[in-house]
Amino acid sequence: MKFKPMLILPLVVVVALFSVFGYALMSGVNPKEVPSALTGSLLPEFKLADLDDTSEFLSREDITGKPMLVNIWATWCSSCKYEHPFLNSLAADGIRIIGVNYKDDRDLAAKWLSEYTDPYQINVFDPNGDLGFDLGVTGAPETFFVDSQGHVQYRYQGPITNDLWQNKLKAIFDGMV
Amino acid sequence: MVWSKRALFSLMSCWISVVAVAATEVLTFDNESFRERYAKLTYELRCPKCQNQNVADSLAPISEDIRHKTYEMLHQGYSDQEIIDFMVARYTEFVIYKPQLSIVTIWLWIIPAVLLLFGLLLLWRFTHSQPAVEDITLTEEEEQRLKTLLEDKTE
Repeated sequence: MKFKPMLILPLVVVVALFSVFGYALMSGVNPKEVPSALTGSLLPEFKLADLDDTSEFLSREDITGKPMLVNIWATWCSSCKYEHPFLNSLAADGIRIIGVNYKDDRDLAAKWLSEYTDPYQINVFDPNGDLGFDLGVTGAPETFFVDSQGHVQYRYQGPITNDLWQNKLKAIFDGMV
Repeated sequence: MVWSKRALFSLMSCWISVVAVAATEVLTFDNESFRERYAKLTYELRCPKCQNQNVADSLAPISEDIRHKTYEMLHQGYSDQEIIDFMVARYTEFVIYKPQLSIVTIWLWIIPAVLLLFGLLLLWRFTHSQPAVEDITLTEEEEQRLKTLLEDKTE
């Protein structure tokens, strides 16, 4: 029988599909990982109270100016507790971290910061999660890498660990101007 | 969140299943079209925290927020498309099950059509191409050999 290249086409298609799905399966693509809509754009505008001072209102301009981390946290979030000591050590290394206390209670949050030490240069109080919603936050902790112009360069979901910082995140932070 | 009398009643009567009742949101709508649009939107919006669940189905706090925002925006007079755009601006295309038409997603419509045409073309070629029939003329010698072979077989 004469060889007909068209006849092996279905095989080629099936092999192609298997390799695509196989790759996705093996490389461990995380289906929970949602890209941030904000990457490359300005931090959203907000007007929220200062956690430490009820009479004080904070806006975007009050926190931007230098490269910084914007950390979304809450006292009800156990991963935040796990992350907290590392944030303290980052702050001790001179990294500017802005805290956004997300859907939380002011007194509990203040107690937490006095008990576990406060790594945040500024504490934004977001009890209804308004800023969180505009940031596209799906839970806590989440950390946004924001450059001096106020543009979001990167977003990390979950607690930041020393390993992760050294291997990946530090380079992103140091790359920001 | 507006609790209806019915929710209050069930809360009082079945105090054992407090958790189940507490997880139910009862909303009142200004008119029936709001209710329908709310149902449709929350059915089509996808929970960003869950694995394949829409926000209508999900108990994740973020889904609650998205439902609440949808409800609020509906009553503020935003159109369905404006609400969807608002969510996409914050939670990316991930948040919608029904893809929006764009340069990236247009292929979802084009590729199946192209594949169908291609398949039809293949089908047409396989069914309509003429089988190549060669004109076979045997030499005297070959004729003789054929004859003996056939005779051998009949034995």
